[in-house]
Amino acid sequence: MSRIIVVTSGKGGVGKTTTAAAFATGLAMHGHKTVVIDFDVGLRNLDLIMGCERRVVYDFVNLINGDANLNQTLVRDKRIKELYILPASQTRDKEALNLGGVGRVMEELMKEGFEYIICDSPAGIESGAQMAMYFADEALVVTNPEVSSLRDSDRMLGILASKSRRAVEGDDPIKEHLLITRYDPERVETGDMLSVEDIIELLRVPLLGVVPESEGVLQCSNAGEPVILNEKDHAGQAYADVVARFLGEERPHRFLTQEKKGLLKRLFG
Amino acid sequence: MGENMGFLEYFRSEKKGSAAVAKERLQVVIAHQRSSRGRHAYLPELQQELLTVIRKYVQISDDQVHIQLDRDGDCEVLELNITLPD
Repeated sequence: MSRIIVVTSGKGGVGKTTTAAAFATGLAMHGHKTVVIDFDVGLRNLDLIMGCERRVVYDFVNLINGDANLNQTLVRDKRIKELYILPASQTRDKEALNLGGVGRVMEELMKEGFEYIICDSPAGIESGAQMAMYFADEALVVTNPEVSSLRDSDRMLGILASKSRRAVEGDDPIKEHLLITRYDPERVETGDMLSVEDIIELLRVPLLGVVPESEGVLQCSNAGEPVILNEKDHAGQAYADVVARFLGEERPHRFLTQEKKGLLKRLFG
Repeated sequence: MGENMGFLEYFRSEKKGSAAVAKERLQVVIAHQRSSRGRHAYLPELQQELLTVIRKYVQISDDQVHIQLDRDGDCEVLELNITLPD
């Protein structure tokens, strides 16, 4: 049984690709055969975040057009067994993807025994984003604690509920998960950032996890390493929790409150 | 001095409330988005089915059935306009 999971947000720059890379890597680390697909045609970046940019030969559009087969197109991760990357095309033709072609690739991936197919959506609500979410069984809605991101996430929830294959065919709706990224407990405490509770109340989607603002995310993207591989980083740890929770494990939410100040800060701060 | 205090307090309260203001504004925006969500989605289908039913009795063309959904305060008004041939 395969599950197709879209990582989506509407707004750009909230951490979709970071999340898709970390989430797919985490699932594979648990031993599940996983592929992560970059749907951002023309603006390929998942390969950089995964650190496999120099091993990309063929891409999603080549695969759809029959210029290459699945084995030639999939890039196998060098660190984690069972983890594969399907890179986006750099063509400037935004209409290069079509539902028929994407659907055929999904079927082939299922036949190949992939347990999880992670679709990294482009920003926006145009064709690329709609292709990424169309076949999804579940959705990770990535949201920053910030007004424009929340409004766009809500727009995307509306699109998931009306334009996906499940909606069109009258199937059970897509299972939605809320993932809050770039959370800063200190600013929540001073009243300048929407809290987890506020966000859940506004979007009314079950919370899968909260990823704190962290230095490790930039360091890992610089190095081409999914942040979940950095076990010392709080964001990396939060993503590990997210994956475990997704797989049914009970884990308390961490990094929701300000860290205890050190002795010096307590005395002088 | 008194004015100065008010001035400072203004900034202090602004700072405290910025997330609260964000929440209030989002509540309005999201409620609006959700109220219009899917509201018109069934209209084309309704129009087609009405046409099919009416055509069982009278021959009319597609543009002789008009459907419009309006909002009047808390009330939604579905306006149906069917032009029958003479």
